[in-house]
Amino acid sequence: MYDIGKYREATTVEEALRYLGDDLDSIAIAAGSDVLIKIREGKLSGASLVSIIKIEELKKVTIDGEGDIHIGPVVSFTQLEEDAIIKEHINYLGQAGGTMGGPQLRNIATIGGNVCNGVTSADSGSTLVCLNAQLVLTSEGGQRMVPIQEFYLGPGKVDLKPGELLTDIIIRKEDYAGYEGKYTKFAQRKSMDIATIGCAVMIKKSGNKIEDLRLGYGVASPTPVRCPKTEAFAKGLELTKENARAIGEKALEDVSPRDSWRGSKAYREQLIKVLAERAIIDIAEVGGE
Amino acid sequence: MHKKISLTVNGTKRSVEIDERESLLEVLRDKLGLTSVKQGCGVGECGACAVLIDGTSIDSCIYLASWADGKDIRTVEGLEVDGKLSDVQQAFVDEGAVQCGFCIPGFVISATELKESGKDYTREEIRRALSGHLCRCTGYQKIVEATEKSLKKK
Amino acid sequence: MEFTTVGKSYKRKDAAAKVTGKAQYTRDIGRNNMLYAKVLRSTIAHGFVKSIDTAKAEALEGVVKVFTPDNLPCGNFPTAGHPYSLDPSHQDKADRKALTDKVRFYGDEVAAVVAVDELIAQKALKLITVEYEELPFYLDAEEALKDDAVEIHEGSKNITGHNSYTVGDVDINEAFEKSDYVFEEVLEVLPVQHCHMENHVAYAYTEGNGRLVVVTSTQIPHITRRILSQALDMPAGMIRVIKPIIGGGFGNKQDVCIEPLVAAMSLALGGRPVMYDMDREECMSCTRTRHGARFYMKTGVRKDGRFLARELTNYGNGGAYAAHGHSQVGKMGGNFYRTYPAELATKYEGYTAYTNCSVAAAMRAYGIPQITFAVESHVENIAKAMNMDPMKLREINMVTQGFKDKLSGITINTCELPEIVKTAKEYIHWDAKRAEYAHQTGDKRRGVGFALFSYPTATWPVALEIAGARMVMNQDGSVCLQMGATEIGQGAATVFSQMAAETVGIPYDMVHFEEFTDTDICPFDTGAYASRQTYVGGKAVKKAGLIIKDKVLDRASALLSLEKGDLDVKGGFIVRIDNGERVSSVEDIALDSYYNRHTADTIATDVTATVETNGIAFGGSAAEVEVDIRTGRVEILKLINIHDSGTIINPVLAEGQVHGGMSMSLGYALSEIMLYNPKNGAPRNNNLLDYKVPTLMDTPQLDVAFVEPYEPTGPYGNKALGEPPAITPAPAIRNAILQATGVEVNKLPMNPQGLFEHFSAAGLTEEV
Repeated sequence: MYDIGKYREATTVEEALRYLGDDLDSIAIAAGSDVLIKIREGKLSGASLVSIIKIEELKKVTIDGEGDIHIGPVVSFTQLEEDAIIKEHINYLGQAGGTMGGPQLRNIATIGGNVCNGVTSADSGSTLVCLNAQLVLTSEGGQRMVPIQEFYLGPGKVDLKPGELLTDIIIRKEDYAGYEGKYTKFAQRKSMDIATIGCAVMIKKSGNKIEDLRLGYGVASPTPVRCPKTEAFAKGLELTKENARAIGEKALEDVSPRDSWRGSKAYREQLIKVLAERAIIDIAEVGGE
Repeated sequence: MHKKISLTVNGTKRSVEIDERESLLEVLRDKLGLTSVKQGCGVGECGACAVLIDGTSIDSCIYLASWADGKDIRTVEGLEVDGKLSDVQQAFVDEGAVQCGFCIPGFVISATELKESGKDYTREEIRRALSGHLCRCTGYQKIVEATEKSLKKK
Repeated sequence: MEFTTVGKSYKRKDAAAKVTGKAQYTRDIGRNNMLYAKVLRSTIAHGFVKSIDTAKAEALEGVVKVFTPDNLPCGNFPTAGHPYSLDPSHQDKADRKALTDKVRFYGDEVAAVVAVDELIAQKALKLITVEYEELPFYLDAEEALKDDAVEIHEGSKNITGHNSYTVGDVDINEAFEKSDYVFEEVLEVLPVQHCHMENHVAYAYTEGNGRLVVVTSTQIPHITRRILSQALDMPAGMIRVIKPIIGGGFGNKQDVCIEPLVAAMSLALGGRPVMYDMDREECMSCTRTRHGARFYMKTGVRKDGRFLARELTNYGNGGAYAAHGHSQVGKMGGNFYRTYPAELATKYEGYTAYTNCSVAAAMRAYGIPQITFAVESHVENIAKAMNMDPMKLREINMVTQGFKDKLSGITINTCELPEIVKTAKEYIHWDAKRAEYAHQTGDKRRGVGFALFSYPTATWPVALEIAGARMVMNQDGSVCLQMGATEIGQGAATVFSQMAAETVGIPYDMVHFEEFTDTDICPFDTGAYASRQTYVGGKAVKKAGLIIKDKVLDRASALLSLEKGDLDVKGGFIVRIDNGERVSSVEDIALDSYYNRHTADTIATDVTATVETNGIAFGGSAAEVEVDIRTGRVEILKLINIHDSGTIINPVLAEGQVHGGMSMSLGYALSEIMLYNPKNGAPRNNNLLDYKVPTLMDTPQLDVAFVEPYEPTGPYGNKALGEPPAITPAPAIRNAILQATGVEVNKLPMNPQGLFEHFSAAGLTEEV
């Protein structure tokens, strides 16, 4: 039995916002694979929960007239990986989600939960920052849109105000059209593990040159991050092995990996270099995912 | 925090009085006597508690019972057909995939999800699809072989 | 030897129950009116409880009782699953109590709450306040053994166990002087955990007549009963221990971990049922581990590769309580000498130290995975230094058939190591691959490696070997087989049934094995450990089976008026030996034994077998790996275990055993380690996310081969198989990594970061 203090279940966004609004200490729970575990650990004992798992309107992936993709936050990772729109336009995001946990977890865990949990190891995080995802945060008082980079405030901390609910994740067409991408998760195990380093690469090619590169990491900094210096450095470079290596090395200027018992700073730095380099070579040679 | 939920459990419609703080695992084991649903970790890291919810394999230890309202739940107790083991169950028996057996209901559930999809799976796809279950006895080898065999049987 | 039922892959007795949910494990059974316990665990690694305030917890609604050492009657008890020794100097150390006010590791049991449900018990734990007086703590064996270290157990000097010997006609120093080369190095392994999927769980209650019943997930029901008797100061006959189906043990349930606590609490509550079902986190850091150890290895070698002198000093990290620490150090020593007997002299000095880590004890192969990693790595390093083929070096030095072990007095009757080496070489294409992979550059490099082992079957001559079997023939001619030997998932029920069918002469399906080991019903046996059951228990089954068969033939002879000597029992029928004619069925004879109005006398027997032999098992692993120099990731391309375990009773089950051991050793090699925070001794990764048991995606195709000599001391020609598969994959992988990279990794685990650090230190990561 979970030490839950109060529990309410919403079936519409409106209802969820009402519940979140009338108890500002309450927490939205989508599938529970983060929240329930925190309750069990004692970090959220007695929590007031608003369940959003039954809100059907938040479980859809759509593409609008502008070509912008809308991902409902209660979309599961399995659904994301199998979704036709995702497969066609940003398959690498689905693949990134497909590295999270194990199959049963992916059948239930949601992308919105992954984002709102705010941890740097979130497997969707580095790809979403590369995609410059726009998060729609709704409360009874109104709505605001925040780029995901600004949403991440620190380890486990996100810019979600009391009473607010993440209601849409928007990937604008300009942020994905023409890019090939790849997510590499390096973890000790190939299933059911957390990343030692997660690395997302998006490349817009122009001939054999990099017209634009987007590089994002998980676990390389306190939150998932983009690498602006490296991205600027890469612009216009030829897609060669030497340049791929140079880009990987440059990435160290953008990140700040930590020493922890799960992995040393030196080792993470090595992975930061190698994973980017190898992903760039893969995209150059065989294309993205 | 009590409420009543209605669900279908192994083909039978049930109404159950639950505590909203309970996991589906607790309700299935303690209230419905379906003890094949095993708790190995309580946090979704071992897969021993997996059950089919509307045909999808999900770890019931981190699934609130309240969410099961209106759902179709199946456990290995409900897989036998006319008193005979299902193809997946029979293959696990025949191939020697079972040792201590504590993880086995979870594996059988995930393998059943594959079987019922009607799709073909490569060995690599089977391995990935079952990789949310830990087993310490078998090294997984005969579990994969049994699953593969049951999927080939049309 | 020709067998009918033995040697065939019959389906497991319990498989159908396990795929349908009919199999009942401890937690699945329960009792009415059950209470649930949770344990308050120390938040320091070493020290004393100065004060403890339980008032608030006691006041919580739903709490029945809060126990501390002061109000829970329980004496000292040992925890190791060993037969009791009548010689007090050989008895296990009784250094444990159900609850303690002297804390010896982070997570030690200082109080317990019994409540109407587990959530309330958990909440009550948070309401207990404890004040501690801290002492210095030690996470390393050699630190704990320093002269100025504070004693973890009074008067122990922090030595849990010590074993030493010298063997050989020549003084060890003289032997080293005679050697052309002397190699010295330090090797190390770190603690790991069993991670059986079912955590420790037990409940206890008393019957109306005052007898105590303990239902528990244990490998050793009869030993548990004796230890409970000691802990609770209760006569053994007043205690009944029941082992339902168990969800894995691997040695961790060869220790008495929670039974005295639940029993003492139930007794203190008037015999009301009390259950304690550990969380995974507790089960990982507060039960037992496989001990880590440091090995100081020295070998003197003649130019031709022959080992003249071998010397080993090792320090095992035994953790906070003795458990098996004192006996493992001896088993390791025996193994060191036996596997590669030196020509002139062998010297061993082994210590197990008390430290403030989780308690170390038995885990699949009892110290031998540790020492085999050290020895097989060291042998490989010597081969490299001498520029010799490591396989050749092994062939020159490995033990052979007919070897007389001077330490144990055992003579090796069967040893197929030469055939194992040959099979491994063929499988891995040894010569071709060694040449192909000799000079590599680039990110990804490949290598092949091999390691071998020897392993005793059961514990003779170190400990008593005894097994009981009761066989009762039913009206239909089938037999019920009851044994104290336990089915723990390894397939004991199935192989014992095959043996019984073989010896009695009835079909496999006509043997019914009692899987719930109940000390009231099942005859005495010390339990599942030391890969002993098919060997020792098998002897009991054979003995019982022969008696049953004899009784069947007696009755048949009388009933049919035929000479007993002309008859045999085959396939459930009484047959004439001369022409094979079926003259009656066992069923008819059985029915007569029940209901003959004049001569009814049911066919049953209850026997005990003791064993004073040891058939040493052998084997080896060969691996081919690809190493990613830049990330430290190792991919296993090929892996085989080859076993000489004598007769294989059930090939499919045996393969399954081997697969499981290989997988465990794969984790030992590449990913598993129990981590402790150096600042406070707290476990860091006692959960299944941070502790890296290999997943399906991490486990390659596992290949298995058997070489099957007929071991004359085994009841059916069989030797140990349960534990040995977990011994050599780790060093074989290690040796393959050495060939791939040229880097000698002398420490486990070889996880990606660890290998990256080794490769960086060797300058490899800069080259690529």
